[in-house]
Amino acid sequence: MQKTKTYLSETVMNLKPSGIRRFFDLAASMEGVISLGVGEPDFVTSWSVREACILSLEQGYTSYTANAGLLELREEISRYLARNFQILYDPNSEIVVTVGASQALDLALRAIINPGDEVIVVEPSFVSYAPLVSLAGGVPVFVQTDGKQEFKLQPEQIEKTITSRTKAMILCSPNNPTGTVLNRRELEAISAIVQKYDLIVISDEIYAELAYDEPYTSFPSIPHMQERTILVNGFSKGFAMTGWRLGFIAAPKEFAQAILKIHQYAMMCAPTMAQYGAIEALKNGESDVEEMKKSYRRRRNYFVQSLNELGLSCHLPGGAFYAFPSIQSTGLTSEQFAERLLMEEKVAVVPGNVFGQSGEGYIRCSYASSMEQLQEAIRRMKRFLERL
Amino acid sequence: MKLSEKEIEIVEILEKNARLPVETIAKMVSLTVEETEQIIKKLEEAKVIVQYATIVDWRKIDGHEGVTAMIDVKVTPKRGVGFDEVAERIYRFPEVKSVYLMSGAYDLSVVIEGRSMSEIAHFVSEKLSTLDSVISTTTHFILKKYKHDGTVFEQGDQDRRIVVAP
Repeated sequence: MQKTKTYLSETVMNLKPSGIRRFFDLAASMEGVISLGVGEPDFVTSWSVREACILSLEQGYTSYTANAGLLELREEISRYLARNFQILYDPNSEIVVTVGASQALDLALRAIINPGDEVIVVEPSFVSYAPLVSLAGGVPVFVQTDGKQEFKLQPEQIEKTITSRTKAMILCSPNNPTGTVLNRRELEAISAIVQKYDLIVISDEIYAELAYDEPYTSFPSIPHMQERTILVNGFSKGFAMTGWRLGFIAAPKEFAQAILKIHQYAMMCAPTMAQYGAIEALKNGESDVEEMKKSYRRRRNYFVQSLNELGLSCHLPGGAFYAFPSIQSTGLTSEQFAERLLMEEKVAVVPGNVFGQSGEGYIRCSYASSMEQLQEAIRRMKRFLERL
Repeated sequence: MKLSEKEIEIVEILEKNARLPVETIAKMVSLTVEETEQIIKKLEEAKVIVQYATIVDWRKIDGHEGVTAMIDVKVTPKRGVGFDEVAERIYRFPEVKSVYLMSGAYDLSVVIEGRSMSEIAHFVSEKLSTLDSVISTTTHFILKKYKHDGTVFEQGDQDRRIVVAP
C-alpha cells in the first residue's frame, strides 16, 4: 500500500537525527575498540551511594515522592548550592528534582517558550539543546564560538544574534564538547548583555564539579543574574551517577513553580530510590568527588599534552572530561578523520561537526578512560597520523 | 618533610601504579621528564618512596598458595627502648611481613607468611613465644583475601558504558 500521508508531527520529522547515532552503530559492531566517545564518567557510583539506595529499597521506600522531589533531598541540594557555589535557593519553592539534567532542560524550555520565541544556542553545543528548543515550539538561533579563542563565548557575538523575538540563551560551562570554562569576568561580560536585552539564561552546569584550574563560578552567583537564571544541574557527571537519571532545577519561584506544573503532569516525580541515593551523595559524597576530579585532571594533563605532541593542537580545557583538538592539520574533515581512525586503528572519537558548524575541523575525545587505555589510544593515533 | 602539591601528586600516582612510564607521569602533573625524574629520585633517597612492590595473587600459582596469619602479641615494654626493641627482634625475621604497634587489647600486630599452617605454628612456638618480652600470642589464620592495600583481588568491574554517548 502506498503511504500517502504521515501521522507524525512536522516538528519531529524536521528534527535532524543525532550525528552520534551513526557512529555508535559503527563502533558498537567492532571488537577491540578503544572508545574515547563516551560522554560519561568511567567510575562506578560510590559504594556509599549505591548502599543507601539498596537500603531504601530494603526498607520499602518504593512509592511516589512529592512532585518536586523529597524535601530532604531538596534541602540537601539547597545546602549544596550554598556551600559550593554561594547561591541561595528555597528548598520549598525554588528547587525541583528532575529525571536527569536532560529533563530539567526540557522543562525549563517548555516553561518559558511561546511559539516562535528564539533561544540562543552556543555552538559547538551539546546535541540536545536545539532539538529541545524546537520541540518546545521555539526557534534555536546559533552563535558560533571560535577554536582560536578556545571556544570562549564573546558577548558581542551574542548581541549580533538578538532580535525582538529573542527570549533566552542556553549557557554551558564547563562545556560539552569543548571542555571550556567561562570564568567570573567572562560571565560578568555576558551578564551585561543578558541584562541589557532582558534575556533569560538557562545555565547548564552539569559539569560544575569538574572544573580543574580555577574556583568555579556559577552563573546565578553573578549580581542580578539569579532572578533571570534557570539553573540546571544534576548528579550524573560529578557524582558518577549517569544511569540514575537524576538532576534538578534551581530557579526563582515563578520559574520553578511553572516548571513544577509541567513536571507534575508529565513525569509526576523523579525515581524514588535514586533520590535516596542522591541524599547520601550530597551528605557524604564530596570526598569521592574530589578523588575523581583529581584523577580526571591528571588524565586531562596527560592526554592534552600528548595530543599537542602528536600535532593535533588542543587548548587545555578547564573542565568536564573532554579534549577538543583541531584536526585541521591533517586536511581531513571531522567525519573522515573519525571514521578512518575508527576503521584503521579502532579508536572511537566523536566528529566535532555533530556539535555544530564551528565544531568542524575538530574531534571530541573523552579522557574518562583508564590511563592504560589513554596511552594505547595515543599510540594508535600516532600510528594513524604517521600514515596519513 | 614538606612536599609540594606536585610532589604529592607524583607519590599518589606511583602508589597506584608504579609502572607508569616517567614520561606519562610527567605529563599528568605538567612537569618536564627531567623535573619528574629528579623529584622521584629525591623521594626515593629520602625514603618517602620506600619500595616499589607488586601485589600478587599467590593462590593462583600452583604449589605457592601459602598461608598468612595475623598474630596479636602482648609484650612487656622495656625501660628506655619501649616497644621498639622487641618489635625489631620480631621484624628481622624474613617471614614476618609487617609489624604494627597497636592501641587496645594487645601491643603488636604481626603479619606472617609461610608455606603451611605447621610452618607458622612452628614460628610462633619456637621463635615468637620464646622471646623474653612476649607475654602471650593469639594467632589468626587468613582464610581468604578479598581486598589488600586498596586492591580488590577478584575485580569484576568491566566497562559497562555504551561505546559512544553524547
